[in-house]
Amino acid sequence: MRRGAPVRGQGPPEDGTLRALSRPGRSAWSFPELDVEAAEIPDRYRRARPPGLPEVAERDLVRHVTRLSQMNYGVDTGIYPLGSCSMKYNPKLAETAAAFPGFADLHPLQPDPTSQGALELLWRLERALCEITGMARATLQPPAGASGELTGLLIMRAHHTANGNPRRTVLIPDSAHGTNPASTRLGGYRAVPVPSTLRGLVDVDALATMMNDDVAGLMLTNPNTLGLFEEDIEHITDLVHRAGGLVYYDGANLNAIMGRTRPGDMGFDIVHINTHKTFATPHGGGGPGAGPVGVVERLVPFLPVPRVERDERGTYRLSHDAPASIGRMHGFHGNFAVLVRAYAYVFFHGADGLKQVSELAVLNANYLASAIAEDFPLAHPDARPMHEFVSTAAPLERETGVRAMDVAKRLIDLGYHPSTVYFPLVVDEAMMVEPTETESKEALDGFAAALRQAAAEARSEPQLLHDAPTTTPVRRLDEARAARHLRLSWRDDPSDG
Amino acid sequence: MLAAVDATSVDDLFAQIPASLRLDRPLDLPRGVSEQEILADLGSLARRNATGEDLLCFAGAGAYDHFVPSVVWALVGRSELYTSYTPYQPELSQGVLQILFEYQSMVCELTGLDVSNASLYDGATALVEAVNMARAAGRSRVLVAGGVDPRFVQTLRTYGRGSGYEPEPSGEDVVPSGVDPDVAAVVIQHPNAFGLLEDVTAYADAAHAAGALLIQVFDPTSLGVLAPPGELGADIAVAEGQPFGNRMNFGGPYLGMLAARSEHVRKMPGRIVGGTVDVDGRPGYVLTLQAREQHIRREKATSNICTNQTLMALAATVHMGWLGPRGLAELGRLCASKAAYAFGRLTSITGVEPAFPGRPFFKEFTIDLPRPATDVVDAMVPRGFLAGVPAPWAGERALIVAVTERRTRTQIDALAAAMAEVLGA
Repeated sequence: MRRGAPVRGQGPPEDGTLRALSRPGRSAWSFPELDVEAAEIPDRYRRARPPGLPEVAERDLVRHVTRLSQMNYGVDTGIYPLGSCSMKYNPKLAETAAAFPGFADLHPLQPDPTSQGALELLWRLERALCEITGMARATLQPPAGASGELTGLLIMRAHHTANGNPRRTVLIPDSAHGTNPASTRLGGYRAVPVPSTLRGLVDVDALATMMNDDVAGLMLTNPNTLGLFEEDIEHITDLVHRAGGLVYYDGANLNAIMGRTRPGDMGFDIVHINTHKTFATPHGGGGPGAGPVGVVERLVPFLPVPRVERDERGTYRLSHDAPASIGRMHGFHGNFAVLVRAYAYVFFHGADGLKQVSELAVLNANYLASAIAEDFPLAHPDARPMHEFVSTAAPLERETGVRAMDVAKRLIDLGYHPSTVYFPLVVDEAMMVEPTETESKEALDGFAAALRQAAAEARSEPQLLHDAPTTTPVRRLDEARAARHLRLSWRDDPSDG
Repeated sequence: MLAAVDATSVDDLFAQIPASLRLDRPLDLPRGVSEQEILADLGSLARRNATGEDLLCFAGAGAYDHFVPSVVWALVGRSELYTSYTPYQPELSQGVLQILFEYQSMVCELTGLDVSNASLYDGATALVEAVNMARAAGRSRVLVAGGVDPRFVQTLRTYGRGSGYEPEPSGEDVVPSGVDPDVAAVVIQHPNAFGLLEDVTAYADAAHAAGALLIQVFDPTSLGVLAPPGELGADIAVAEGQPFGNRMNFGGPYLGMLAARSEHVRKMPGRIVGGTVDVDGRPGYVLTLQAREQHIRREKATSNICTNQTLMALAATVHMGWLGPRGLAELGRLCASKAAYAFGRLTSITGVEPAFPGRPFFKEFTIDLPRPATDVVDAMVPRGFLAGVPAPWAGERALIVAVTERRTRTQIDALAAAMAEVLGA
C-alpha cells in the first residue's frame, strides 16, 4: 500500500542553487526613479565590488522556490506527529488577522496613542494567558520558548539576588528537553539532573535529598516530557518552596491541560508558554514562535520592560518604569505578529473551545498509543499518557535489528511524517508521538496502520526499512560527511553553478 | 474512541490529576466565537492603530518601512514551507533546507565573511549571541561603542547578568580605550544608531592589537553601497534582518543575521545547514554541526536556541534574490539620496540643527529640535506624520529620522512643511 508520496519525488530539473540560475544582467527588481538629487557615499566607505548575489528574473525565483516547496512537508500536507512540538493544524483565520495593515505596518516605536489597538490586544492576551495558567502577570516579549526559559531563569536569579544570595544550581529532570539545561547555564546556574522513577515520574525521595539553600529552583513540565502527569506535583512544589526555591513550569505541554488544571494551582511560580505550539502559529520551518512568561505576584517586579499598562480611563501605554526589572529580552516587544495569531486562536476557541482542545489532544494520543502498543509498547505502561506518549522500538529492534530511525524512514515512504525519534534521551529507541487534537480518527487509524505495516515488514522484509526512504527527492543523507567536510555556503562548492 | 482506550468518559482521561488540582469552574474567558466574529474583533483592534497613509513613516531606529515585493510572501506563504517545522527529517525538508543554505550563502556574499547561521531571533539577540561566541575563548570584558543601538545594549546587559559580564562603554575616542588582554570583544555599529558612518577599521585594528574580536552591527540594506564588514576587519557581523522581506509588525517577528570568519564556526549558535550527499551520491542538505546544539550538548551547548526565525530567513532569501547585486545597490542609492534630501529640507527649518554636523550618514540622521523631540513627534501625528524616533540618550531634543525608498520627494517636502508649522518657524 502506498498512499502517495508526501513530497515531489524528483529534485528540481536544474538540480542546483539559485546561483546556478544566475545570468549576468537578469533581474527581478523594480524601483521608482530617483526623484531627488543623487547623494554620493564618500569614497572611503564605498563598496568596491558588488556582492555576489544571484542575477535572476522573477520567473526564475518563483519556479525555483515553488519546486523547492514541493520537496517539503508541512501540517497542511498531512499529519505531523512530532512529539514535544505540538504540530497541530493552524486555522487560516489567524493569517488573515496578522496581515491586517493596522498590525503589519505598525512601527514598534510609535507614540502609544497611535497604537492603542495593538496595546489593547497585548493586554487582553496577557490577561487570558494569566487566566489559563493561573499567574498574576506575564511578559509577552520572549520570542521563543527557550528565550522564555532564560527570561524565567533571570527572574529567578533576580529574586534570589534580591534576597541576598543568587544560589548556584537549578534542578532539571533527566528526561527534560535540551533547552532547559542550556538555558540554565545562560542564566548563570549549574544544571543538576533529577532522576525519574521506573514509572517515568520525578523521584520525589531523591528530590527531597537534593533540596538545600544552594538550589535556586526546579524546572519541570507537567505533563512531563514522557507525556505523563506528575501526580505528586503538590508535594514536589512544596518541597522546593520549603527550601526557598522557585518552581518553573516549562509550558511545552500546556496543550494537555487547558481548562482542566493550571500550573499556578499546582504551585508553580514561573510559567512559559509556547504560543506557537499551544495556540497554533504555523511553525515556518523552525520559527517564528513566541514564549510569553507568566509569574506569581511576588515576582512581578522582575518582569522585563516595556510592559503594557492600562489606566482607569482604559488607555494603554508601554511602561519602562520598573527599577527591579531584569531588563529586555528582545530588541522591541517580541514577536507581535505571532501574538496576534495566539490572540485569534484563544478568543476564537474561548473557554469552552480551549478545554475541548485539551480533551481531544489527550483522547487522540491515548487512542493512537493503544492502536500501536502491540508493536511499539509504551515506555512507561503503568501510567496513562496525556497529549503525547513515548513508545519504544526496542523490542522490535531486539527481534529484527530494525531501529526506530528505520521505522521513521519507512513511514516517509508510506506517506507520513514520522514522530520524534531518540528523544527523550532516557528511553531506549524512543518514538515520541503527539498527534494533536486536530487529527481525525481516520488520520490516526491511517498512521497506526502504517506503523503496524512497518513493524510487519521489519519481521518479513527488514531491508525495506533499512533502505528507506526511496520515494523522496533524496534518500538518507550522510550527516557525518556534512559535519566533516563543511559546505555551509555555495562559496564552499566551486563546482556549483 | 473512548472504549478503545478503556475509558467511559473524557474525565477518565484526566483521572491522574489530583482532585485538589482540578479546575472546578470554566476558564474566565468568553465563549468561543465564529471566524466572522473574531475577525471583526481583530479588525477593530487593527483599525485603532495608525499606519500607512494615515501616519507616514519616517521612524527607524532598528525597524524600517522598506518595500516588500509581492513575490516574497507569495512564495514563502506556500503551505509546504509555511506549515513545516525544524527539518529534523531532511528527506521531507529539502525545500526549507536548501533555501536556508541559499540564505547562508547570500549573507556570506553580502557581509564578505565566510560562514553564516540560519538566523537568530532579531538583531539585538544576535548581538548577544555574537558576544557569547567571543567570550567562549575565556576572555571576559565587552566594550561597546557609543553609537550602538541602546536597545541592543540593554538586551546585552540583561543577558550579561546571567553570563557574568556587564557591557562597558568603549570611550569617546575614535579608537576605543581600555582594550586589554581581558577584553573578548569590541562592538561597533555602522551605520550607527544615529545613522552615522563609523570608522570600523580603526576599531578593528584596536581590538585585534589586543587580541580581541571586532563585532560589527550592520544594516543589510546598506551593503550594496557600503563596504562589507568582512573587508572592514569585522570578525563577527550581526544585523537586524527585518528590512529584507519583513513588514514592521510592531517589532516582530524579525530575524537576526549572524556571519563570522570560518575559524569561529564551531562556536556559532543556532541552526546551520550544510551540503552533503545521500546514499546514492545525490546532493542534498542537512542540519549540521549539531554537536554544538542544546538537543545534543544540553548545558554545554553554544546557545539555548531551538525554535528560531526560519520563516523570516526564507522571506529574506527571496527578497535578496529579487534584489540581486544591482537592485541592492539601487536600494542603497535611493535611501541615501532621499535621506540626504530630507536632511537638507529639515535642517533648513529655523531652529533645527544637525546633531552631528559634517558627519556622513546612510538612510538615517539625527537632528536637534528647538523643543523636546517627543512633543514634536506628538504634534506631527495629527498632521499625518510619524516624524521619527526621539533619542533621549542623546538629549531630549534629539530626533532620529529614517528615510527609505518608499518615501517620495513630495512626502518629504510635506514632512518639512508640517514640521516648520509645528515649530512655528
